[in-house]
Amino acid sequence: MAHRTIAPLLSIIPGLGQFYNKQWVKGLVFLILAAAFFIAFGDLLNMGFWGLFTLGTEVPRDNSIFLLAEGIIALIVTAFGLGIYYWNLKDAYKNGKLRDENFPVTSLKSEYQNLIAQGYPYLVSGPSLFLLIFAVIFPILFSFALAFTNYDLYHSPPANLADWVGLETFAEIFTVDIWRATFFDVLAWTVIWTVVASTLQVSLGIFIAIVVNQKEVRFKRFFRTILVLPWAVPGFVTILIFAGLFNDSFGAINNDILAFFGIDPVPWMTDETWSRLALILMQGWLGFPYIFIVTTGVLQSIPDDLYEAATIDGASIFAKFKNITLPMIFIAMAPIIITQFTFNFNNFNIIYLFNGGGPAVAGSTAGGTDILVSWIYKLTMQSSQYSLAAALTILLSIFVVGIALWQFRRTNSFKEGA
Amino acid sequence: MQTTMKTNRLLRLFFTYAFLLFMTVLILYPLLWTVGASFNPGNSLISTSIIPENPTLDHYRELFAGKESLQYGKWYLNSLKISIFTMLGSMITVSFTAYAFSRFRFKGRKNALMLFLLLQMIPQFAALIALFVLAQILGMMNSHWLLILLYIGGQIPMNTYLMKGYMDSIPMDLDESAKIDGASNTRIFWQILLPLSRPMLAVVAMNGFTGPLGDFVLSSVILRTPEAFTLPIGLYKLVNDVMGASYTTFAAGAILISIPIAVTFLLLQKQFVSGLTAGGTKG
Repeated sequence: MAHRTIAPLLSIIPGLGQFYNKQWVKGLVFLILAAAFFIAFGDLLNMGFWGLFTLGTEVPRDNSIFLLAEGIIALIVTAFGLGIYYWNLKDAYKNGKLRDENFPVTSLKSEYQNLIAQGYPYLVSGPSLFLLIFAVIFPILFSFALAFTNYDLYHSPPANLADWVGLETFAEIFTVDIWRATFFDVLAWTVIWTVVASTLQVSLGIFIAIVVNQKEVRFKRFFRTILVLPWAVPGFVTILIFAGLFNDSFGAINNDILAFFGIDPVPWMTDETWSRLALILMQGWLGFPYIFIVTTGVLQSIPDDLYEAATIDGASIFAKFKNITLPMIFIAMAPIIITQFTFNFNNFNIIYLFNGGGPAVAGSTAGGTDILVSWIYKLTMQSSQYSLAAALTILLSIFVVGIALWQFRRTNSFKEGA
Repeated sequence: MQTTMKTNRLLRLFFTYAFLLFMTVLILYPLLWTVGASFNPGNSLISTSIIPENPTLDHYRELFAGKESLQYGKWYLNSLKISIFTMLGSMITVSFTAYAFSRFRFKGRKNALMLFLLLQMIPQFAALIALFVLAQILGMMNSHWLLILLYIGGQIPMNTYLMKGYMDSIPMDLDESAKIDGASNTRIFWQILLPLSRPMLAVVAMNGFTGPLGDFVLSSVILRTPEAFTLPIGLYKLVNDVMGASYTTFAAGAILISIPIAVTFLLLQKQFVSGLTAGGTKG
């Protein structure tokens, strides 16, 4: 049998293949790594996988949620272990092949130098990866896993156990009347909100940039400074300020502005339609400066020759605007415009800080202006419907990722990244 | 013909200035209203006017009076601490990671880029349920360091992409000639790439600093007692616990946080706007 078959077969126990290839130090390192792995993580893996499958069998000894968390950590650790294991097999195969072809196996010194040179990118990005796993990937996996359990107020430790229920929660979203009705109401408003608010802030930003950029306009610096102010002030502060301004009973908009024009007070906070209008106007106010700044940059980068050539050809101001300015803006800014849409889709702060997603809707866990993310927040924090919230999080993620992937395929950034 | 063009021009300018003036009022009104409210005597806003008749500093004093439910000074320091450490942490992790991805071809690079792309699309919001559940059971409450680590982790995917894109546009020849001169990888990073990436580093710094200030979700899950609050949670609770009754105090608190941030923002604007347009428009 060829060395390239025997070595990896022996390496099923890590290190043995390397011994077979007469690479003693490396074999020892692999063997010690493998032993250390099982000594260090053996209990965790054993307990973790048992917990992951059963989610506990006995109250109050077992806590389903702990077991689930441990199980996911065990999964992550296993993934790493398998990675090293695969490396070990591949190394045995590679050196076995070198021996088959009568080349000398790689020396320890060259391996070491190779490791240092190749290891550099792993070394500098390692801490980030670790942080990412701890702070982002683990919580997301955990949330996603909850969607397939029945974890809620009535199935929570230490008094009760939670259990795997498969896709039941997802099915319930679409079959239980009250959930389905709420889900589609919230989804519909989320989509309307995203489209209208984003379009408003983008078109306002572009329009103002074009207005300010006219040659004849003076005090440009002054106007630009004023116009970026909504971006410069922290967003949560502005939203809370607006919540005061729009307040039904004491807000300045009802008491000062509308009263000045002799208009009756408007129920901004307590009527669904007015709340929605107020939110969209506010987001326009908050969101346009960013677009304004970027558009200004784009406008200043359009060469004057283009306009001069068009003038010589007898193009009118509007023709120039339509055929030069607008296309330039949209080509340059397409990615930024799309990020505005994904941002608003997840724009929790404005909805929650303004009036808590209110006004309340009878018989529903979501308020009149709740978008998906704020509804999920309420389900988690207020009504302890964890598995429902988790299932909705998955649906939301699929939605956002789907749209984003579609967009990234259209721009060239992904080709650049690859 | 001449005169119609001239009147057209005048008309256009008239509408331009009228519109800009209108926008100026629209932007300044809420801000000035808040300034006015913060100097108004009493707690009621009904009698509030932009220029108060008997201006008072009472609300500013109240912020620092040391009430149990209103520890403004503490919130301010908490927010500052969390923002600064998140900023530093994300600048370091992001620039090193972006350097690795931009300049080295290593195994797993493509997969990691894919992962980053995916993670920047899934909002960190998805972690909310996990954090809420685990924070309750594990007693991870009120830890600022946990929050900082979560923020840094959340900043990594998107900012690494921005930074990597920016570093990709810096010619490779520069590091290659340095390498021939015997410079180590780390030295090339510190002395060549990082200085050249300053505009994007400014963007990363800004994202890192303002990210925690704009977050309500994660911090409201982890920070539960008033002395651990950050400004967003503290001020939100202040406004909502006794709606209307403490609005003037809130206004004072809002002014004290907004002015330094807005001024810094306006001063540094040039720095990061160039990075933003370069990174953003390239997509």
